[in-house]
Amino acid sequence: MSAPPNFDNWTCPLPLRDYPNIVLGHGSGGKLSSELIEHLFMPALGNPTLASLRDSAVIDAGSGRLAFTTDSFVVRPLFFPGGCIGDLAVYGTINDLAMSGAKPLCLSAAFILEEGLPTATLARIVEALANAARAAGVPIVTGDTKVVEKGHGDGCYINTSGIGTIADGVDFAPDKARPGDRVLVSGAMGDHGMAVLSVREGLEFDSPITSDTAPLHELVQALVAAKVDVRVLRDPTRGGLASSLNEIAAASRVGILLDEGKIPIHSAVRSAGDLLGLDPLFVANEGKLVAIVAPEHGDKALEVLRGHPLGREAALIGSVTANNQGLVAARTTIGGTRVVPMLTGEQLPRIC
Amino acid sequence: MKYLEEFRNGPIAQKLAAEIRRAVTRPWGIMEVCGGQTHSIIRNGIDQLLPPEIEMIHGPGCPVCVTPLEMIDKALAIASRPEVIFCSFGDMLRVPGSEKDLFHVRGEGGDVRVVYSPLDAVVLAQKNPDREVVFFGIGFETTAPANAMAVKVAAQQKVRNFSLLVSHVLVPPAIAAVMSSPKCRVNAFLAAGHVCSVMGYWQYPPLVEKFHVPIVVTGFEPLDLLDGIRRAVLQLEAGKAEVENAYERVVSEEGNRPAQALLADVFEEGDRAWRGIGVIPRSGWRLSSKYAEFDAEKKFSVGDIHSVESPRCRSGEVLQGLIKPHQCEAFGKDCTPRKPLGATMVSSEGACAAYYNYGRFVPVDALVQT
Repeated sequence: MSAPPNFDNWTCPLPLRDYPNIVLGHGSGGKLSSELIEHLFMPALGNPTLASLRDSAVIDAGSGRLAFTTDSFVVRPLFFPGGCIGDLAVYGTINDLAMSGAKPLCLSAAFILEEGLPTATLARIVEALANAARAAGVPIVTGDTKVVEKGHGDGCYINTSGIGTIADGVDFAPDKARPGDRVLVSGAMGDHGMAVLSVREGLEFDSPITSDTAPLHELVQALVAAKVDVRVLRDPTRGGLASSLNEIAAASRVGILLDEGKIPIHSAVRSAGDLLGLDPLFVANEGKLVAIVAPEHGDKALEVLRGHPLGREAALIGSVTANNQGLVAARTTIGGTRVVPMLTGEQLPRIC
Repeated sequence: MKYLEEFRNGPIAQKLAAEIRRAVTRPWGIMEVCGGQTHSIIRNGIDQLLPPEIEMIHGPGCPVCVTPLEMIDKALAIASRPEVIFCSFGDMLRVPGSEKDLFHVRGEGGDVRVVYSPLDAVVLAQKNPDREVVFFGIGFETTAPANAMAVKVAAQQKVRNFSLLVSHVLVPPAIAAVMSSPKCRVNAFLAAGHVCSVMGYWQYPPLVEKFHVPIVVTGFEPLDLLDGIRRAVLQLEAGKAEVENAYERVVSEEGNRPAQALLADVFEEGDRAWRGIGVIPRSGWRLSSKYAEFDAEKKFSVGDIHSVESPRCRSGEVLQGLIKPHQCEAFGKDCTPRKPLGATMVSSEGACAAYYNYGRFVPVDALVQT
């Protein structure tokens, strides 16, 4: 993981000093746009492909299958414990590629900025995005910037798209879960969503909750390299683990039975959830995966995941069943059972 | 002691359940008063550990569920006004009024905000002196002290653009109403632990005496609930009817006296309509005349809004424990958390939502063997 960007010695490059805040002209395609590219984006993101400043990036993709994905990031607040919209935008798209077993090749980044956004804030975001791309070893090869009038955006929105290559023999898909398969998660659930929510609501806890935002492609490649028979991979982002598993159960026409007590959840996240009336199983993760692997590969998958820094808290949490098709159920810690539903709309904090 | 994992211990839960099974000789109906307890029972599958003789009857203790339709319509009318910032706990946003909910009002341009404390709404009023800030003060004795404090602070600091839309309800009159119903099947109560943390349990001996019904003050974690049920069963089997405290780590007999004094200052008792149940005498709090200027109902003249419930929603019978949620014809078909007919399907503490979300309507077979 990259260290958080250090701005102690960062100075706003000269031509931008006249504009401490983003103005509509920065999205005009004219001189101000060029200055923003030349003095803010290029120094942070510079690489030969981007530097060619063509209308589209030209990439050597080799032969074989390509994975292609896109994602938009609209998080509020822009900065939260453990990350910001910049690294989130890089890791989110890398993770979408990784879940189909792809090695990410390159990313695009498009910014929609709100008039009045401090240029220094944009610089911090771009720096974080650049550091994340460098740390993950995936270059940003093309981009775009638009500016909307004040009041028409939330400071900064980012869209990233990504391309990756998939090795022969790798074929993960949500409809491939089979009865008897084992279900694993790569770590504790709910950190990201609860970190963002606690900042948004001004809640403070003794042990601060930090986002888990991280790129998962190396963790996935470790599973591939160890020849683990992976059937399905998902990154349980919005809607959390519960929603990802429900989608898998529906697509594969199988049931999934979880052992609730085995699902790793940090105690601060659990407490925050109890306090707010939110179930961590429905809360977003940005650096965790859920894997469904062949029955005899459960222990091996666990070993591989735990051997990687991003999978130290990995756990086997349940198995795929032939009965209860399309349903996710959980054995509760006290020995009861319940259905783990799909989230309806947004989770609403409860009254008491 | 982390006060959490200890009360979710599987082996101890099995032991308590075994003790309940051994003690039971005949059928008993036990009502958990609070919606938080209903949620915990269904989420953890506590009822599945109980012998068939014990029926858990889900009580009227979900504040979202019992807030009358009329009050929701009043909230919608106030929230739609351009000068108003309408603040509410999150649960209330999706509760259907006669025609829409607070989410719709927000979609139509109304300024509706979720806050975690009514005191935040007072601060919001101070920061926006040209707007009217209204807080939707609903709930049982648990949420009342914070609402009372908000009014008190607003009065002290002369924040005249703050007001409270009050719909507070009280537990003891509800217990009396349930026991007085001719269809009552309740043999014992689990009193709501958090309500008692504020009010204590000095209010309960007269109820126990009048109705000869055991009342056990009970918490919300699986072991709390199983212990509450165990104590209720032991009393019933011994023919006793006493007030018992199974939530001693939080509740004392006298409760939180400063909070009670604050409540007595800011609120006064009055008759209150309960959604789906009807008017229960002296079962609610309204602002006392001393604080009348902070009453949103008076400030925005919404007193003449009168609403009629959907005839298809049987939440009233659910709230009185007369039917189980899935016995309603609309359950899971025309009434789901996405499109609720009544409030019991909205709040996570509503019995219908708990049944729906945790799958008590689909046949989940042979889970334990897999």
